[in-house]
Amino acid sequence: MKTFVTPKFKVNRDEDRCIQCQVCVNQCSFGANYYDAEENKVKSREELCTGCHRCEAFCPTNAIRVTYNPLDYRGNYNWRPDIIEDITKQSETGGVLLTGMGDDKSQRIYWDHIVLNASQVTNPSIDPLREPMELTTYLGQKPERLELEPGTHNLKTKMTPQVKLDVPVMFSAMSYGAVSLNVQESLARAAKEMGTLWNTGEGGLHPSLYKYGDNTIVQVASGRFGVHADYLDAAKIIEIKIGQGAKPGIGGHLPGEKVSADVSLTRMIPEGTDAISPAPQHDIYSIEDLAQLIYALKEATNYTKPVSVKIAAVHNAAAIASGIVRGGADIVVIDGLRGATGAAPKVIRDNVGIPIELALASVDSRLRQEGIRHRASLVASGGIRSSGDVAKAIALGADAVYIGTAALISLGCHVCQQCHTGKCAWGICTTDLRLTKRINPEIGARRAANLLRSWSIELKDILGGLGVNALESLRGNRLHLRGIGLSDTELEILGIRMAGN
Amino acid sequence: MKKVYVNEKVCMGCRLCEVYCLLKHAQTKDLVKAYKKESPRALSRIRVDESGIVSLSVRCEHCAEAPCVRACLTGALSRDPVTGLVTVDEEQCIGCGTCALVCPLGVPKLDKAQKKMVKCDFCQDEEIPVCVANCPNEALVYMEEKPDNNRVVNYVNTN
Repeated sequence: MKTFVTPKFKVNRDEDRCIQCQVCVNQCSFGANYYDAEENKVKSREELCTGCHRCEAFCPTNAIRVTYNPLDYRGNYNWRPDIIEDITKQSETGGVLLTGMGDDKSQRIYWDHIVLNASQVTNPSIDPLREPMELTTYLGQKPERLELEPGTHNLKTKMTPQVKLDVPVMFSAMSYGAVSLNVQESLARAAKEMGTLWNTGEGGLHPSLYKYGDNTIVQVASGRFGVHADYLDAAKIIEIKIGQGAKPGIGGHLPGEKVSADVSLTRMIPEGTDAISPAPQHDIYSIEDLAQLIYALKEATNYTKPVSVKIAAVHNAAAIASGIVRGGADIVVIDGLRGATGAAPKVIRDNVGIPIELALASVDSRLRQEGIRHRASLVASGGIRSSGDVAKAIALGADAVYIGTAALISLGCHVCQQCHTGKCAWGICTTDLRLTKRINPEIGARRAANLLRSWSIELKDILGGLGVNALESLRGNRLHLRGIGLSDTELEILGIRMAGN
Repeated sequence: MKKVYVNEKVCMGCRLCEVYCLLKHAQTKDLVKAYKKESPRALSRIRVDESGIVSLSVRCEHCAEAPCVRACLTGALSRDPVTGLVTVDEEQCIGCGTCALVCPLGVPKLDKAQKKMVKCDFCQDEEIPVCVANCPNEALVYMEEKPDNNRVVNYVNTN
């Protein structure tokens, strides 16, 4: 069928600068650049360009600019270009539109409508260069009260397992198969260096990564891929994945082509077979069922590790979170509307779920109202872009955050949303061994660790400005926040005041 | 001696080493001029070989028992006993190409205009060779030779 979809991008090549070195040709995994030997010219097939800018970044003479193809549809607020193109694609394929990354639509990003406070005159700010600043965070259930031995003042209360984070930012679940082993190794090494955690996702833990066990969260999800005793024993935290922000209520599907020998061993499924994660966990149809799995995992690991439960932010997230805490989870993870994925139906990604800011605030408020907030740590995830977002999330009530997209961007991701094709030119979201080499774990670990390093310095600056010297003093302290351009209802849900008030 | 090692697990075959090697041996320091203005164009001393999923950047190994030195008809090629560097004396080279025939890696190149062979000299006037400095994935490493290092690259599964 003749396609009516016109090229989205234009590869502008400055012929005066192009030296025909063909680096753009060998770097484009989508085949958008080619060399015409007859004319000794490098040319582009623009319909294949995904706008990932790999060629632009690697061109040694800066000859390439990838721009939007100036295709000016007749102006229409209702029938925007992306809507027209989606309908066209569906008319040509008859299928569900798949995409990668997180929701890119224009729903309100509340982080941009929340501002932080700073100390002036009446309360001194602190200079983080001269005074110690504490970012240390402990994840896990906290006791009702602490009791000390009368004579020795030693701790009498028996603590449940706590996990220490030097930076309140963890790498979110990205499975081996969705991302490459080199990406996982980069994140694992960065997590180890910076004293935080990375998450295996639902793809098992590759034997070469067991040495990072002390910095690893292992996932138990609906497909139960790669779950066995050693896997649970290796981890610092075990996470039950109920849902993810990019596709609440939807399962996962790793196509058979991506299940290589190595992936098959790690996932414990036959080579070349589709890895299908069902939408629900078939043994969890209620909070009571969830509690059974939580305690089964705790039993299996002899109560040595916190068990976390991750849900997508949905309308009744607060009530569900309350159930999760009462079910015995030590950590609750809420993944918001903008959480990303390796592949999801576009309609789900862009239309299902609620913003993380609102979900986080309502979950934290609800757990406080019910007096059970201390019984679990709260982790916010989905669309955390900067240390400013981290500080705001902590002030809204999170103990820590997960970053996925930001972590991948640190490795080179340009958010071109082609993860589902498995052809990632940056070598991240692919199992093609030709492409996975593009992530050198030495460099990847350095880049991801650098990101966490800069964020932690910035967080200390923010804390200093607020006049506090520990992240604990910001946690759940919504008085440090003000809203701008928000309605009364939004302010009420976020539990913050309007700026100027 | 220090040599250039290739980490074939992360060599992605972008061929930027070839590009920057060519620039290093051009008259100009401008990449566009080196490719478009200089005639004849300078020669890169590096070749990137690809086979299946493996790609790697190949250059003179400066072998201890260099076959090219033994085979050179005019004695233009020699190995410095102190630095270990295999160099060519352009005065004596007649461009016969025997070195290229005996080299197990086939790296000596013939400059057809000058009728001389050209080869890698690990960029003696630079702190580190330009191919190493410009490798975007740090697949090239300039380091002291390790006696236990197997210099014939393993064509095994990279992962």
